[in-house]
Amino acid sequence: MHVDIVDQYHFKNSWIHELDPRVKVLITVLFILSNAILPDGSWPAFALSWLLLLVVNDQSGLGLGFTLKRSVVALPFALVAVSALFSPHGSPLAVWDLGFITLIPTDFGLIRFVSILIRSWLSVQIAILLVATTQFPDLLHALEHLRLPRTLTTIIAFLFRYLFVLTNEVFRILRAREARSAGLPGVNGGGTLSWRIKTTGSMAGQLFLRSYERSDRIYQAMISRGYTGHIRTLNPHQMVRLDWFILVAAIFLLLIIQFVGWVR
Amino acid sequence: MNYSPAPLHIPDGFLTIVVSLIFWLITIGMVSLAVSKTNRSLGEKQIPIMGVMAAFIFAAQMLNFPIAGGTSGHFLGGTLAAIVLGPWAGILVMTAVVGIQALLFQDGGLLVMGANIFNMGILTAVIGYGLYRMVLHQKRGIRLAVAGGGAWIATMAAALIASLQLWLSGTTRLEIVLPAMLGVHALIGLGEALITVAALAYIEQTRPDVLDLNNPAKEGGRGWIVAGVIISLLAVLISPLASGNPDGLEKVASDLGFLGSGLDAPFQLLPDYSIPFLGETALSTILAGAVGAIVLIGIIFLLGRNLRRQDNS
Repeated sequence: MHVDIVDQYHFKNSWIHELDPRVKVLITVLFILSNAILPDGSWPAFALSWLLLLVVNDQSGLGLGFTLKRSVVALPFALVAVSALFSPHGSPLAVWDLGFITLIPTDFGLIRFVSILIRSWLSVQIAILLVATTQFPDLLHALEHLRLPRTLTTIIAFLFRYLFVLTNEVFRILRAREARSAGLPGVNGGGTLSWRIKTTGSMAGQLFLRSYERSDRIYQAMISRGYTGHIRTLNPHQMVRLDWFILVAAIFLLLIIQFVGWVR
Repeated sequence: MNYSPAPLHIPDGFLTIVVSLIFWLITIGMVSLAVSKTNRSLGEKQIPIMGVMAAFIFAAQMLNFPIAGGTSGHFLGGTLAAIVLGPWAGILVMTAVVGIQALLFQDGGLLVMGANIFNMGILTAVIGYGLYRMVLHQKRGIRLAVAGGGAWIATMAAALIASLQLWLSGTTRLEIVLPAMLGVHALIGLGEALITVAALAYIEQTRPDVLDLNNPAKEGGRGWIVAGVIISLLAVLISPLASGNPDGLEKVASDLGFLGSGLDAPFQLLPDYSIPFLGETALSTILAGAVGAIVLIGIIFLLGRNLRRQDNS
């Protein structure tokens, strides 16, 4: 497996890719915050937020529908919010008698449910945009500038670096299991459930030891190449005038969205 | 890539801002404590090891095993990380894992990341390690059994807290979601427990030096036992109470003035110094004041630290 499968960065030459990663991180967080603060049922404000997303999508050269396609990842969780439909407030819309339980969806509940879905859907899209337009090491560097403890950013940097190596290791282990699990068609292969779990546990233990030994070797190699405790980067990360302008403009736009959402 | 989102990763939009902020504050406190503890007690060499271990937890979550009827169990790893690496390092490793899952795969939100880290990293470390610490110097069989039990309780506690967070945010009805979440995670937790035990047994058999049972740097203090036991007892007591009789919990909450209604979610940030979902009671005003004070102290603390750092450089 190659890095490209996991890395979500999409190379394009756009000014959004060029922006300082700190600005992009801040705007992403503020956008999600703005969604969270907007009251339920403020459709115009939600629409404006989406419009903003579309503009950024377009400007980043990724295509209008880019984040839309990838935003389905958050869908399964929507199941959890379904119960918001049956709010005790508001007037009932219908009565569903399922025999063991009677469910009464209300208009209040419906507005709440749809609002939660929209908020989550908008937030996921901006997060997708952030990682699609920012290389991961730059992102980490930005987080470091934003005062995340260095211990934590270094751990995350290592995690990112060795994710691919260890993922390959997992595939190797899984392949070995497949190769040893021959079975006749139609006959249920494998042993009992406890045997299967024990095998998985041994696989996890094996993976742990391989990772552990590997980290030892990696560390020796890094020391011999002059590692001093943190990862250096060539990117200077200086805020230029455009960065400041975009940051201020984004905050201004989000304030307008809040205004639209609250004043009706 | 067979990476499947686990039901514990809450996305953005599902928690209200007040709930998100409260859990961010708790998480930031615990993680900065973990950073300073690990900086003090572990060598510089530990940091790359923790990074690779975080990658291990991430990769190990891909090892799923068929249970029955198309469902498959898979692995969260918080308890194993805390036992093998020590509790503080375990918290940092799980923070990195949850952070990467949210940043790279949008599995879990950014604004709610504080809550996610709390559920999957801190809670599992406190419960899993706390219980294990109690029997640290006992026989192998006892240790493994307690590790498994701890992993199961930790998973259940994470599901319980996640349900409560969603309920406090007015996203779900407790009486529907809690039994569902606990039911699903009773199974997932069983898988978690069995894999944790099997992995620990395997590591102990092949590389006992890695577990390094007598390393004082890794060993957490006795406070972990107290915290672990108390929190798991709470989880064990609340879960059946709440899922068997969710109206009961809601009644207790409203009797205490804790909520006007579970679904009157806070649309505003502390309007008139009362927390919206708590209703207009004295308790609510006190709580609002407390939250405000905590936020202020947090800001002042961060500002002070930054200023001091600038002085130094």
